[in-house]
Amino acid sequence: MIRQIFFILAALGLAACADRDPVVEQHSEKRYQGKLDSKPWGNGERASWETQLKARQLMQDEYRRIAQ
Amino acid sequence: MARMKFLCDAERCIECNGCVTACKNENEVPWGVNRRRVVTINDGVMGAEKSISVACMHCSDAPCMAVCPVDCFYRTDDGVVLHDKDLCIGCGYCFYACPFGAPQFPQAGAFGLRGKMDKCTFCAGGPEPDRSAAEFEKYGRNRLSEGKLPACAEMCSTKALLGGDGDVIADIYRDRVVRRGKGAEVWGWGTAYGAAPRK
Repeated sequence: MIRQIFFILAALGLAACADRDPVVEQHSEKRYQGKLDSKPWGNGERASWETQLKARQLMQDEYRRIAQ
Repeated sequence: MARMKFLCDAERCIECNGCVTACKNENEVPWGVNRRRVVTINDGVMGAEKSISVACMHCSDAPCMAVCPVDCFYRTDDGVVLHDKDLCIGCGYCFYACPFGAPQFPQAGAFGLRGKMDKCTFCAGGPEPDRSAAEFEKYGRNRLSEGKLPACAEMCSTKALLGGDGDVIADIYRDRVVRRGKGAEVWGWGTAYGAAPRK
């Protein structure tokens, strides 16, 4: 009987040592209440804006520029 | 379009502060505010000195955005973290939360009162109309809407600081590492799986 009580108390005591599952708090980006920003391509065409930006990004690679 | 990111190549950065100067000039950043800084470790130690240029990293899960009590932060479709200065109360919580010290607080009075928070915008302005005077005054120039990259990255003389779509600049950096012939261990199987592939 005493042994059983000891095991139960030990189990309860060790239970406090268990790790809790990590909880990732969800941050809703919908909370933003400020002014809405316009798209960077404005009234223009998104594809041409992306093409221009991609070209500038690739220009940062001097190996590519040298090869041209 | 993936996420806009900065990547600083510590092997190339020569601590010229050209990026800092370009940023301040392009955005007419007020005195005392540095949206970008160059950090050097092991200064003066032969072979061990490394510098990197640090600004807002436009985090995918931005701590500043999470802690802001007035929810003045938003993220654009390109992954750029921006904020509305009309909502910002200049409390400084974002400054506590940011691991890069990106948020800056200009002096608004004679006794060092905190002004509205100011930080790197990836040269993407803010929520005011694109390329308007109001946008420039509050946030600086909107180069992204002009089809240009941030001034700091485009001005970098050694191309240590790369800016743009994360996939594109990662490709540029990977190519560099391979040509350099060292540091290749940071890419590939060993990093991903912890051991070399069987031959």
